[in-house]
Amino acid sequence: MTTSAARGGWRMRLRGLIRKEFRQIVRDPSSIAIAFLMPVALLLLFGYGISLDAEEVPVALVAPQPSAASASFTSAFYGSRYFAPRPMPDMAAAEAALMAGRVDGIIRLQGNFARRLEGGGSAPVQVIVNGVDANNARMISGYVQSTWANWLAQRAQAAGGELDMPVQVEPRIWFNGEMRSRNFLVPGLIAVIMTLIGALLTALVMAREWERGTMEALMVTPVAIREILLGKLIPYFVLGTGGMLLAVGMAVFLFDVPLRGSLWVLLICSSLFLLAALGMGLLISTIARNQFVAGQVAIIATFLPAFILSGFIFDIGSMPWALRGITHLIAARYFVAILQTVFLAGDVWPVILPNALALLLMAALFFGLVRRNSRKRLE
Amino acid sequence: MTRPREPGAVVLEFRDVGKTFHAGKRAVVALRQVAFTLRPGGVTGLIGPDGAGKTTVMRLAAGLLAADAGQITVLGLDVARDALAVQAAIGYMPQRFGLYEDLTVQENLDLYADLQGVSHGERAQRYRELMHMTGLAPFTTRLAARLSGGMKQKLGLACTLVRAPRLLLLDEPTVGVDPVSRRELWRIIDRLVEQEGMSVLLSTAYLDEAERCGQVVLLHQGDVLQQGAPGALSERMAGRSYQVTAAGIKPRALQQRLAAAPGAIDAVIHGDGVRWVTDQPAPEGVLPPDARVTAAAPRFEDSFIALLQTLDGGRRIEGPMAGVAAAGVKAAPAAPVIEVRRAQRRFGDFYAVRDVSFDVAQGEVFGLLGANGAGKSTTFRMLCGLLPASAGSLRVAGVDLRHAAAAARARIGYMSQKFSLYGNLTVRQNLKFFSSAYNLTGKPREARIAWALEEFDLAAQAEAVSLDLPLGYKQRLALACALMHGPGILFLDEPTSGVDPLARREFWRRINRLAESGVTVMVTTHFMEEAEYCDRLAIMAAGEILALGAPAEIKARAASAANPTPSMEEAFIALIEAQPVEAA
Repeated sequence: MTTSAARGGWRMRLRGLIRKEFRQIVRDPSSIAIAFLMPVALLLLFGYGISLDAEEVPVALVAPQPSAASASFTSAFYGSRYFAPRPMPDMAAAEAALMAGRVDGIIRLQGNFARRLEGGGSAPVQVIVNGVDANNARMISGYVQSTWANWLAQRAQAAGGELDMPVQVEPRIWFNGEMRSRNFLVPGLIAVIMTLIGALLTALVMAREWERGTMEALMVTPVAIREILLGKLIPYFVLGTGGMLLAVGMAVFLFDVPLRGSLWVLLICSSLFLLAALGMGLLISTIARNQFVAGQVAIIATFLPAFILSGFIFDIGSMPWALRGITHLIAARYFVAILQTVFLAGDVWPVILPNALALLLMAALFFGLVRRNSRKRLE
Repeated sequence: MTRPREPGAVVLEFRDVGKTFHAGKRAVVALRQVAFTLRPGGVTGLIGPDGAGKTTVMRLAAGLLAADAGQITVLGLDVARDALAVQAAIGYMPQRFGLYEDLTVQENLDLYADLQGVSHGERAQRYRELMHMTGLAPFTTRLAARLSGGMKQKLGLACTLVRAPRLLLLDEPTVGVDPVSRRELWRIIDRLVEQEGMSVLLSTAYLDEAERCGQVVLLHQGDVLQQGAPGALSERMAGRSYQVTAAGIKPRALQQRLAAAPGAIDAVIHGDGVRWVTDQPAPEGVLPPDARVTAAAPRFEDSFIALLQTLDGGRRIEGPMAGVAAAGVKAAPAAPVIEVRRAQRRFGDFYAVRDVSFDVAQGEVFGLLGANGAGKSTTFRMLCGLLPASAGSLRVAGVDLRHAAAAARARIGYMSQKFSLYGNLTVRQNLKFFSSAYNLTGKPREARIAWALEEFDLAAQAEAVSLDLPLGYKQRLALACALMHGPGILFLDEPTSGVDPLARREFWRRINRLAESGVTVMVTTHFMEEAEYCDRLAIMAAGEILALGAPAEIKARAASAANPTPSMEEAFIALIEAQPVEAA
C-alpha cells in the first residue's frame, strides 16, 4: 500500500503546514491586527476608557441661604471623589442643567437648613437624580446617602459624641476593596480576546483557504484531514496563548490588577478555553466556506456572546432565567468566572474545578463535531 | 514503497460514472454515465465548454468528490475506497493553481515538498529541474502574489510536480493566460510526457488545444460525445472545409451569406476571407461572382461544431437587427465615437493602464485583446465612467467622462464578464428591472420587453428563473438587458468566455448585426480567433497597447520569411517577445 504513512510521515507534513501558517500570520496584516492590535485596543479601551464606576458625577448644588452648616454639608460633596458639584443659584437653573444633561442630579437644601439643623429637628435634603440610566441613578443616590451619613458621623464626632443610631452598618468589601471596575473588566476581557483569536481568526483563515482554492490543492496531497486540522490548531493555539499573556501582562503591569491566584492555574484554564474557542472556530469553518459568512457567524455565535452573556460586563445572576439558561452554552461564561476568581480572589478550587471541567467538556464536544463534519471531500 | 496492483495498461478509467449536485431543492446533473479510459503516456484532452462537467471529472478522479454511480479506477486503485493512496500517486493542479500568495516561490515549493513527503536529500535536485523547466529560477524569493498570471500557473505546475506523479491532472491550466505562457506550458507538458513518461489529463475550453493532445474526450453537458484521436475526429470533416475570399464584399457580409447557405455547418472570419464548413460547396446564388473557394485542412473545431449542431438543431439569424437603430446614428461618421488620449490608471504604485490612446469610429467593432491582468477590464471601466482615470482624457459619444460620466452612461450599454443578472428573478423580471433602471415605463417598456424576448429568442423562457438558464441563454439575456435603452455604444467585457462554440458564434452574429445597424461595439476577449471578427483591435499587455490596427495589419507586422502568414496567436506572441524582458 502506498499509504501516506509510508511517505516521509505525518511529521514532515505537519511541520510544513505549521510553518506555512506562521509565515502567513506574519505576512498578513489582518491576522496581526486581530491577534495583537485589537486586544491592545480593547484593553486600553476597557482599562482606561470605560469604567462602570460613577466618579466625578456632576451634580447641581442648590443652597439658597448659605450658612456655616450648609457650607459644611456641601463641602462633604466637594471633598468626595464621586462628585463634581456645581453650585446653582436657584432651583430653576438646576432643573435646566439637569434637562440639558449638564448634571446628573440635584442636591437641594432648604433655605432654613441651618435653623432646622440647629433646632435639633430634622433638616430635609432633596435629592433628584436623572433616572434614565437606572443603574447610574441607583449608584448616585447610594453615594449621596453614604456621603451624607459620613458627614453626620463626622459632625457627631466633632460634637464629642457618638452618632445616635440604633443599627450601624459597617460595610467591608472583599476581593476588590477599592471597587475598581477595571479590576474585573480587564481579566474578563481576556476571554473576549481569546475568543477573537481562537474562533474568529481561525474561522476566517480556514474560509480563506476555501475561497482562494488552496484547500482543494491541499486535499489532493497525501495529507490527512486531521493533519490539516492540527496544522491550523497548533499555530492559533500558540497565537492565542500569546494574546493571553499579552493581556495578563498589561493587566498586571499597566492597570495594576492584582493576580492573587497562581499563573499556572491561569495558563491551564486558558488552554482549556482556547481549545474550546478553536473548536468553535473550526466548526464554523466546516459550515461557512467564505470569509464573509465565517466572520458573521463567528461574531454572532462566539464574540458577541462572550461579550454579553459571559458575565464579563453584565451580571449573569440578574439576567432573566431563560437568558441565564442560555449562558450555560457559552464557553466564555465558565472562563470569565475562572478569570475573575483567579485574578481577584486566588485559587479558589470550588469555583475553578467545576468551571474548568465545563470548559473541558465543551472543547471535547466541539472537536468531536469538527472531526465528524470534516471529510477530505469538496462537498 | 510497494507498487499498486499492475494497472493493466490503463492509468485512469471511468466506468459509467454519474454525479448530481444538490443545492436546496435544486438538483443539477453534472455527469451522466461518463465512460472513458486513459492509456499510459501522452496527453489526453478533456474538451468542453463551461458547465460541461470537466472540473467534476477532475475532482472525481482525484478523490475530492464521490461519484453517485459507476466506478473510477486510477492506476489500478479504486478511488472510492483508496482516495488517500490515489492522492499520493497523482498530481493535480486545480483551476486556481492552489498557490499561497503570501508565500514566496521557494516557500510554496517547500510546503508542497513537505506535503508530498519528498525527502530533503532529493529536493535540491528536483527543485533545480523544476526551476529550469519553468524558468522561475530568478524569482525564488518573490511572493507568489507578485508573479504574473503565466508565472503563477507555472509555479502551480511545479508545486504539483515536486514528486513526479505517474498521472497528472490539469484543470484548465491555460485559461486566461497569455499565448506566450500558454505555448511554454505546452512545451513543459510535452517534455514531461516524453522524458518522465507521465500520463496527463488536461481539461480545456480552447478547441485549438485539442489538436495538441494525443487523444481527446469531448464532454458536453455532462455527456461524453466522443473519444478518440483529434486527427481522426477532424478527418471526418475532410473535403468539407474551405477558405472563401471575395474582393468586392466585406468579410463580415460574406460570412453572413455563407452561414445562411443551405448545408452550411460553420462560417467564421479567418484572415482576409471566411472559413466555411459546408456539405454543399457551391449552392446556387450564394457565392459572389468573384469569390475564390479553396479547400482548407479540416480542424478539430469543425467536427465539434458539426457534432453540436446535430444535437442542437442549429438556428440561423440574418440581417441587421431591428429596433437597435440608436440615436446619433446619422452623425458625421468622421468624428470618432470613443476617443482615448494617454489614459492612465494607477492603483497605488501599480499601473493597471498606462498611456493608452485609441479612437473608435461609429459602427465599428473594436476589440481589446490580452491576457488576464493586461488592463482590458480597467480600460473598460474607465470608458464606462465606473472608474476615474488617473491621467489623460476619455471621451465617449462626445462627452468628457471626467465631467459628465452620467450623461455618457445614458448612451452606452454595458455587459460585464459575470453577466450581472439577478439570478432569482425571471427573465421577464430582469428585463423589466433593467428597462426601468433606464427610465422606460408603460407602453414603451412593454414594447421593448416584447422586442427583447423576440429578438433574443427568449420568449419560451420568459418566466424561467434566470439562475437556472444555461450559460448561452444567460449571455443572451445579459445582452438584451444592456440594449434595453437603445444605446449607441455597447461595451462587452469578455462576453463569450466559457460559452460553447455554437453559442459563441451565434453571439458574434448578433454583434455583427448590431454593428450593421450603426451601433459601435467595444469588446474584450482572450480568444485569439475572435480578434479576427473585429474591424480593428488593440493588443494589450501589462497595461500598454502593443499594437493597434485592423487584424490583417497586425498580422502582417509579425510576418517573417519563415512564417509569411502568421495567425493572430503567432502575431501576439511575436509582439510580446519583442517587448523588453521583465527584470528579476
